[in-house]
Amino acid sequence: MLVLLLVALLTLLAPLYAGYLGVDPFRSNLRGKVEIAGEVVQVMQQSTEGLGLGVTPIGPTWNPGGYMLGADNQGRDVAARLLYGGRNSLFIASAATVICLVLATLIGLAAGFLGGVVDMALSRILDVLWAFPVYLLAISLSIVLLTSTIDLGLFTITAGSLALPVFIIGIIYVPYVARPVRARVLTLRHSEFVLAAVGLGLPTHRILRRDILPNLMPTIIVFVPILLALAIVTESALSYLSIGVQPPDASWGTIIQDGQTLLYSRPAVALAPGIAIVITVLALNVLGDAVRDALDPRGQVR
Amino acid sequence: MLATVLARLMQMAFVMFGISVLVFLIFFATPGSDPAARIAGRNAAPETVEQIRHEFGFDRALPVQYGLMMKRLFITRDLTSFVNRGQKVIPQVLDAVPATLSLVAGAAVLWVLGSLFVGVVAAAMRDTVVDRGLMILSLIGISMPVFWLGEVMNLMSQSRFHDTWLFSWVPGLGYVPLSESLGGWFKALVIPWITLAVLYIGIYGRILRANLIEAYSEDYIRTARAKGLSPTRIMLRHALRTSLLPFVTMFGLDFGALVGGAALLTEVVFGLNGVGRLTFHALQNLDLPVILATVIYASFFVVAANALVDVLYAVIDPRVRK
Repeated sequence: MLVLLLVALLTLLAPLYAGYLGVDPFRSNLRGKVEIAGEVVQVMQQSTEGLGLGVTPIGPTWNPGGYMLGADNQGRDVAARLLYGGRNSLFIASAATVICLVLATLIGLAAGFLGGVVDMALSRILDVLWAFPVYLLAISLSIVLLTSTIDLGLFTITAGSLALPVFIIGIIYVPYVARPVRARVLTLRHSEFVLAAVGLGLPTHRILRRDILPNLMPTIIVFVPILLALAIVTESALSYLSIGVQPPDASWGTIIQDGQTLLYSRPAVALAPGIAIVITVLALNVLGDAVRDALDPRGQVR
Repeated sequence: MLATVLARLMQMAFVMFGISVLVFLIFFATPGSDPAARIAGRNAAPETVEQIRHEFGFDRALPVQYGLMMKRLFITRDLTSFVNRGQKVIPQVLDAVPATLSLVAGAAVLWVLGSLFVGVVAAAMRDTVVDRGLMILSLIGISMPVFWLGEVMNLMSQSRFHDTWLFSWVPGLGYVPLSESLGGWFKALVIPWITLAVLYIGIYGRILRANLIEAYSEDYIRTARAKGLSPTRIMLRHALRTSLLPFVTMFGLDFGALVGGAALLTEVVFGLNGVGRLTFHALQNLDLPVILATVIYASFFVVAANALVDVLYAVIDPRVRK
């Protein structure tokens, strides 16, 4: 929990770091210079081997004076991008989790409470989505959505916006949550206090709000850390495949991708965001275990 | 028994149909964009777009378009890429299958052995330092993005420690067909296998441990203890056998999902030219016919694998059979 707060806090402080050092994490800076230990050094350094052609970005300087983790192949400060990228990664994961939970709860409630034809239809649709491999679904959605602007009537998603990965990740995990929610609603539907409420002739919306939702909360809360962890990993994977967050925006996944070409010369670029992901997801998984033990000791959640 | 199998096969057919409709809708009926232009790729000539519009029937009703798409995918199999002019898509996909299968099969062997070890040892030494350590390690394994772990492995084995005794045998990135050389195939795949297996060792090890601990509170274990059987025998012959049932189901699902595309990231990182990397390259060129073909073929494979697992399960477990 502490670790999570710390990570979130650090990413919120991103503008402070970038502003203080005067580095722009989104614009390429091939001619930039930086002062290290009293010496002014080019950010992109001429190769000293062979013919002296080609440039390599500077490596980690480990001094808190800019380019702490070195620069990427556009001459941008990796540490600053890491913090800004963390913001995006965490934002996307949180928003996707909210979308997923809301959709899944609505579907679960409708299917479980109304039953009959509604349940049949929704369950079959969930079956299909469930069998569809997550990454393939995400890839098909992204490739189509990335190339075009979608007008959904209520709101428009422009190509390359952050809303895109949020929307995709939010949707692909719906079946994983909706199925257990539906099962829980179904048992609640036939529990005595709900039958009593129905017998009293209370309106449906009141039963749903006052009797069913509160009892559904434990089932939903258990999924929060798990979904967050899944969403962070999925986001980074999509960005790594260049179908998630679009440049010049950063996320942990895009930085790993940027770092791939520099892997052997400047490994810090790819290593740092990966370590950030591992720390965050690990903390979420530990939290998830704790929450599950507290709320649902016998639950089997994959 | 036969009724169960038939019902499952019916369900499988329905799900496959559902997926194909879903894919069709995603690719061809997304509002606000012209599918013909999308299939043609970047900077296509207007004549090409016009030709595609006619060939795929975009000027006709949606069900006709769906029928045409399925016909080209499965019956005539003449779906062609427009980015790489005229290249047939389906043979390309089929050619890529061996690399993916080799990767996933090897990793599966590793992760089954690894997770059996982790689960059994952790459950047997419950609440000791060993147990805690193993559980923390598996959590870390679960938390690592596989493509990042792959890059770290590459960094170590290809660059930083390549000249030491530890990694000097590692060949350059890429796939060596089994038919070409057994040793080369093995060497090229060892590191990808380990990378892919780490995540699953973590997941399966944790679940197996939980199942084993639950099994240990059952009556038949107490009976076995009272009979004076050795702890090893109780663990392997009594507790492990029942705990393996959910393990088998999960294995089937994950194996199917990996062959069907989840191994994509590992293939990309290690430059193995399997189905996943084919999809990846198509993504880079926005080559839609290739993506369409891989997505449909892979998801059908996954659905079929799931159905197969369920049928096998009915054969193994008498309670399901009835």
